[in-house]
Amino acid sequence: MNSGDSAAHAGGAPAEESKILRRRHRADRRFRLYGLSAVAIALLALVGLLGGIGWNGISAFHHHQLLLDVELDRAVLGLPAAPDVDESALRTANYTAAIRERLRELHPEVSGRKQKRSLYALVSSIAGFELQRLVLADPGLLETSVSLALPLSDEAGRYLKGDISRDSEESRRKLKDDQLDWLDAWAAQGLIERRFHTRFFTGGDSREPEVAGLGGALLGSLWTLLVTLALSFPIGVAAAVHLEEFAPRGRVTDFLEVNINNLAAVPSIVYGLLGLAVFLNFMALPRSAPVVGGLVLALMTMPTIIIAARAALRAVPPSIREAALGVGASPPQVVAHHVLPLALPGILTGTIIGMARALGETAPLLMIGMVAFIADPPTGPLAPSTVLPVQIYLWAESPERAFQELTFGAILVLVGFLLLMNAIAIVLRNRSEQSW
Amino acid sequence: MAQQGTAAGTRAGAGHAPVPRAKVLSRELSVFYGEKQALFDIALDINANQVTSLIGPSGCGKSTFLRCINRMNDVIDTCRVTGSIRLDGHEVYDPMVDVVSLRRRVGMVFQKPNPFPKSIFENVAYGPKIHGLTKGRGELEELVVSSLVRAGLFEEVKDRLQEPGTSLSGGQQQRLCIARAIAVGPEVILMDEPCSALDPIATARIEELIDELRQTYTIVVVTHSMQQAARISQRTAFFHLGVLVEAGDTSKIFTNPEDGRTQDYITGRFG
Ligand SMILES: Nc1ncnc2c1ncn2[C@@H]1O[C@H](COP(=O)(O)OP(=O)(O)O)[C@@H](O)[C@H]1O
Ligand SMILES: [Mg+2]
Repeated sequence: MNSGDSAAHAGGAPAEESKILRRRHRADRRFRLYGLSAVAIALLALVGLLGGIGWNGISAFHHHQLLLDVELDRAVLGLPAAPDVDESALRTANYTAAIRERLRELHPEVSGRKQKRSLYALVSSIAGFELQRLVLADPGLLETSVSLALPLSDEAGRYLKGDISRDSEESRRKLKDDQLDWLDAWAAQGLIERRFHTRFFTGGDSREPEVAGLGGALLGSLWTLLVTLALSFPIGVAAAVHLEEFAPRGRVTDFLEVNINNLAAVPSIVYGLLGLAVFLNFMALPRSAPVVGGLVLALMTMPTIIIAARAALRAVPPSIREAALGVGASPPQVVAHHVLPLALPGILTGTIIGMARALGETAPLLMIGMVAFIADPPTGPLAPSTVLPVQIYLWAESPERAFQELTFGAILVLVGFLLLMNAIAIVLRNRSEQSW
Repeated sequence: MAQQGTAAGTRAGAGHAPVPRAKVLSRELSVFYGEKQALFDIALDINANQVTSLIGPSGCGKSTFLRCINRMNDVIDTCRVTGSIRLDGHEVYDPMVDVVSLRRRVGMVFQKPNPFPKSIFENVAYGPKIHGLTKGRGELEELVVSSLVRAGLFEEVKDRLQEPGTSLSGGQQQRLCIARAIAVGPEVILMDEPCSALDPIATARIEELIDELRQTYTIVVVTHSMQQAARISQRTAFFHLGVLVEAGDTSKIFTNPEDGRTQDYITGRFG
């Protein structure tokens, strides 16, 4: 019977059968191809995006400086000849004049007010402050010659980085041909040095792109996230533990659960409005302060943490709870000694993802005034401050061309932090999967 | 009516042994999960220093009964218990009873070995630690070692007490769970199908162990295997559809059951 069957197959139907087989194989291949192309498109978009940002932004991480030996001559600085000079006089001395004097020495051929102004314009307008800072720190430098690395103006920096071409029409660029000649001459004499742009990471914001830094925004983000974490993590985990382990199942718990999910879906700007109404107008907390930003973002992050923590708690096998109860652990002991430690990696994963979202959040912070121009890095959670994404927004809005490079550089930094946080979250998640 | 008969049979069965003392005693014990009744008026005596096995088709309420003795049912919101179950004459479900100290006196071993994802040492040391049974590290170590010895596991793990308990084989894990239960000094040990996840060799080791432990503890074992019940227990209780059909000396239940349903079950006609 059986052999007859297979004989019939072997004899009568192979053509039919192989056709079906081939069609199925083709369908399989097509199916796999769809999946692969979808992944390829996603990857391409990601690489394109990151690549584009990287291409535009990486140049913000270094800059060019002008190396000058400047004579700190009292007469030039406008200081009296007396040996003792009080601090206020030192503070108001004309340091820019000393730098300009040196520039004129370099180029004796420059004459006329207009040409001199173009020469001076190559050096950043804040170069004098750099010199002032040095002298205030050590008045003994007066009447000596100091070697300085001075910031160049934003346009000069762009030319040295190759953003401006000499071939473009002179009238359509800010730097004129004679200025380009001077820059080329300085480069040829070895007066131009390319350095890592430390100030970009440590300095505060500035109206001058060549000295504007992310430091203030980084600190602001740090303070804000610390406040967010300090509030949302303990409250979120405690709420999750209560709901998952102790609250009796019933209407109230169901109602809470539904509304926590609703809260997680509320657009972030709504939290900003809430913060404006409650924290600023009602509680009269300071504007633009990381505390308020942290409070708002904590409200926004809490539902995410509660949901993630509940999922992590639920994933702890019931057998562990039974084992602990079975040897006489009380329910709080079961949670503290066994369930929470096992759920912790999952909880942390959720928390980090929530924090990453909070780090990238802009809209609610605009509502509470964290969008102001603030030059000094915040000294604490109550000091006015801005945050990374808002800084990006501010720079992107600025008219000077050089801010564009800074914008991309800041995006690179932000994306770097986000990738780092997600990587930590993934590592934690993998570790939690191994533990049982 | 049937329950009355079983209770009488229980007492008759107890007559043989050299005055066995009832350690656990249930009367008119009923358990409900929400609206659904899982146990009906159970009257059963469990004697001290004996192994009592609970047999019956699955879903008949064996685990439910077992979990009444140490009130593990408390964690199930919908579960409600009526009637009486006594440990040494004291009502287990008395609201004054401290569940933590009850569970210290009534240990439990589960169907699937469930060591904590901690070291072998920590697994055994956890119970004594939370109950504050030992003073100092030395005493604790002694207790851990003696518990492992009694559970017949010490020789196999003495060189790797710091390795995770989950790295052991299934049978070793189950003996680790027994050591963990022993470590808090219980009087009664409940075992819910302790061998159903183990291979025959590991099963044989656990069965031997149960027989040894009988000297010190009162043991209640739920089992699916009638051969196992016959091998390890002195008394057997047969449950069916939430009713205790028959309880008595194991030899009598297996050779000369009084109830037709017991007869049918042990001859393999259902279940
Ligand atoms: N947590 C629970 N909630 C609701 N019903 C349950 C629960 N646990 C057990 N039951 C029901 O109680 C009855 C007895 O279950 P159980 O004691 O586990 O049986 P056994 O251990 O004999 O297989 C079964 O009908 C089962 O469906
Ligand atoms: Mg069961």
